[in-house]
Amino acid sequence: MPETSSFPLNRRDFLTSLGGGVLVLFTLADVEAQESGHGGHRREHEPLPRDIAAWLHIPATGEITAFTGKVEVGQNIRTSLTQAVAGELRCSPGSITLVMGDTAHTPWDMGTFGSRTTPTMAPVMRKMAGTAREMLADAAARRWNTTRQNVDVADQCVVNRASGARLTFADLAGKIDWVKTIGRDDCVTPPDKWTVAGASLPKVGSREIVTGEHKYPSDHKLAGMLYGKVLRPPSFGATLTSVDTSAAARMPGVTVIHDGDFVGIAARDEHLAQKAIEAIKAEWKQVPQISSGQLFPYIKSKEEPAPPPANAAQSAKTLKSTYTIAYIAHTPLEPRAAVAEWNGNGLTVWTGTQRPFGVRTQLAQAFNLPEKQVRVLMPDMGSAYGGKHTGECAVETARLAKGAGKPVKLIWTREEEFTWAYLRPAGIIEVSSGIDSSGKLTAWNFDNYMSGPSAIESPYESPNEHVDFHEVKSPLREGSYRGLAATANHFARESHIDELAAAAGMDPLAFRLKNLKDERVRAVLQAAADHFGWSGKKSTATRGYGLACGTEKGGYVACCVEVSISGNHHVQVNHVVEAWDSGAVVNPEHLKNQVEGAIVMGLGGALFEAIDFADGRILNDRLSKYRVPRFSDVPRIEAVLIDRKDVPSAGAGEIPIVGIAPAIANALYAATGKRIRSMPILPTLQA
Amino acid sequence: MDLLINGVHKHVNVDPERPLLWVLRNELDLTGAKYGCGEGQCGACTVLIDGVAHRSCITSTGSVAGKQITTVEGLADGKKLHPVQDAFIQADAMQCGYCTPGMILSSVALLHKNPSPSESEIKQALEGNICRCGTYNRIVAAVQKAARSTTASAKERRHA
Ligand code: FES
Ligand code: FES
Repeated sequence: MPETSSFPLNRRDFLTSLGGGVLVLFTLADVEAQESGHGGHRREHEPLPRDIAAWLHIPATGEITAFTGKVEVGQNIRTSLTQAVAGELRCSPGSITLVMGDTAHTPWDMGTFGSRTTPTMAPVMRKMAGTAREMLADAAARRWNTTRQNVDVADQCVVNRASGARLTFADLAGKIDWVKTIGRDDCVTPPDKWTVAGASLPKVGSREIVTGEHKYPSDHKLAGMLYGKVLRPPSFGATLTSVDTSAAARMPGVTVIHDGDFVGIAARDEHLAQKAIEAIKAEWKQVPQISSGQLFPYIKSKEEPAPPPANAAQSAKTLKSTYTIAYIAHTPLEPRAAVAEWNGNGLTVWTGTQRPFGVRTQLAQAFNLPEKQVRVLMPDMGSAYGGKHTGECAVETARLAKGAGKPVKLIWTREEEFTWAYLRPAGIIEVSSGIDSSGKLTAWNFDNYMSGPSAIESPYESPNEHVDFHEVKSPLREGSYRGLAATANHFARESHIDELAAAAGMDPLAFRLKNLKDERVRAVLQAAADHFGWSGKKSTATRGYGLACGTEKGGYVACCVEVSISGNHHVQVNHVVEAWDSGAVVNPEHLKNQVEGAIVMGLGGALFEAIDFADGRILNDRLSKYRVPRFSDVPRIEAVLIDRKDVPSAGAGEIPIVGIAPAIANALYAATGKRIRSMPILPTLQA
Repeated sequence: MDLLINGVHKHVNVDPERPLLWVLRNELDLTGAKYGCGEGQCGACTVLIDGVAHRSCITSTGSVAGKQITTVEGLADGKKLHPVQDAFIQADAMQCGYCTPGMILSSVALLHKNPSPSESEIKQALEGNICRCGTYNRIVAAVQKAARSTTASAKERRHA
């Protein structure tokens, strides 16, 4: 019997139900060992050693199933992890089922964010699959009374080189019955020998997507399920003073759920639920709070006095500038959604989240249940971009289901998603700097207020440097976003570097190369500039060229853009070349797709996305009021991938976003001579 | 009320004012049409009505009784995908895929009117569809690919 004593009961039952075959487990400690320099993130609530990070099962039928707590949100890790497993098992990706993000069946996982899947989970899946392959090969060799060197693994079979005899995985797995916890690297195929990974495999599950068969969290349905609605306060922080639900309660097919400040409806259909919620009369006590126009003065009022510019005396020229960053919304096309079902004291919730295990904890706390009585499943969802870490919709849905005594589905409206989710933080960044007469940096001071510390470190060499992040309490609810503050910090830094290049009278590319020390940043910058033909481009009043570069989380990016300006400051981004290096490339087509997508998303935040708010309300809480990039906004995009087989792969879902905003600002400056120091750019340019 | 959906007659007993999107999803289990905004801004809910792309979130169910409604579930011919569906897979024209059914149906409607659209005609026709994952250029490539393969097979049929 496998050593499963450290599993929770439901997991042990589950493993027993799998029957025999090959079962390979991988411990969390092994994963954490991958996170060099991160020291291992330990769970706050769960003691080790319930420490299984991933597993793989091959039963007597030969059907290969791998399990990971990671989730698929459009970043295509279902495909890349399947490729990793298939590659090591020397079989086709189609023969593998990957179970993701189900708290009852997959190993615990902190969550899918921070571009950690490729650097940490993919190597684990490879080792697991490689170990399974070696176990099968060894078993076959023993059966043939030969050694491992004399057998090959291919097409779900082990082949005897001498006799040509074959044993299928199914033949072999039926005879093996043990668990192996492993930490060996010697079975892993090096990137230059990859066959399945390293090539472009069409997205796993794409057929179900194009036929409409795939069930997103908002598509899930249970028998007898009701449709939910939640009564929302008129502004942030408002408290309920009185409520009259009698009219709603009288409607046939409607259940009112009222518990403290929480008032909701569960109804036979969504139409009725909407009518019922509108029939509720409520009074609220509202609290005064700041509005968009007061945001930057508010942040300024929290500023600490900036340190004196370091050694400005040695500088031939000094510069000081301030950059501002607006709040923006993730706007995933699928808003938050959940389906909840109670079974006695057991709760099952299907929901769109980047952290199914975190949401399980949230649910367990909300209902005072042990975590093992809560199961969260995360069907591949309609994207997140860092915006779905939290489980508020799951908790609301479970409350409604509990009150109604039936399963309930709740899909947030777009307005709710804009208002009650969280935003990418706004902020102010102050930069002061100096250069000597040759154009070398002499001083670099960089202070970020409120927006965040990601990528705050400069890749430029300066003998005097001061870099600091200052926390300021955000007036609006804020949270994670694709790349976190790396976009804001790159916008400020790369704009400022461009200002320095102009002050030095140097070409922006030459100025950067003169001051950059990091080899990989230099390499992507050069690659982007070469591909773009930078040296041949001359900006005019109606056409501008700009570039920017940077690094964060093991990704290296450089971006060159061409913009045109017409009429009353109408800006069109025509062409983007982005060079990208995140180590060994796993799936070139999907990597390009991620880079392109990040550029498009970054373009929105660069030019026009901004949350407008007043008195505790989001004013532009609809897609008709909050502009996101559309077909007409999108430039020609060329992604230049630098495949570093010698370097472990880093994640690529986030950091390709950081270059586009400063590159656009720099291109607009090159054309108009106007330096825009705010994100988004257009409102200031057109003011 | 009788609805003709993907060539099949369906009887539903609903408030005629109720948006078609929710009748499809919640009464008929056709969840290929997605909710993204509820105000005709994103195209995730696109369906074809008599071959023309409509936003089902702002289309009352009563207004389409008796008309031909096509959802993404009705595009493939048995196991054989519609050329536009196939082209989306080939061009890797999706990330999360939540916009994909709406994009595909808008593209089918476009190709129906204009079998070989230019890049700018494609962009114009799809301007009302949002892909928040930003796969726009791939979607344009997919529509071009589909246009080429449908014109090619039409030619084949003519010459057969
Ligand atoms: S949901 Fe209908 S257009 Fe957005
Ligand atoms: S693929 Fe995610 S919205 Fe288009």
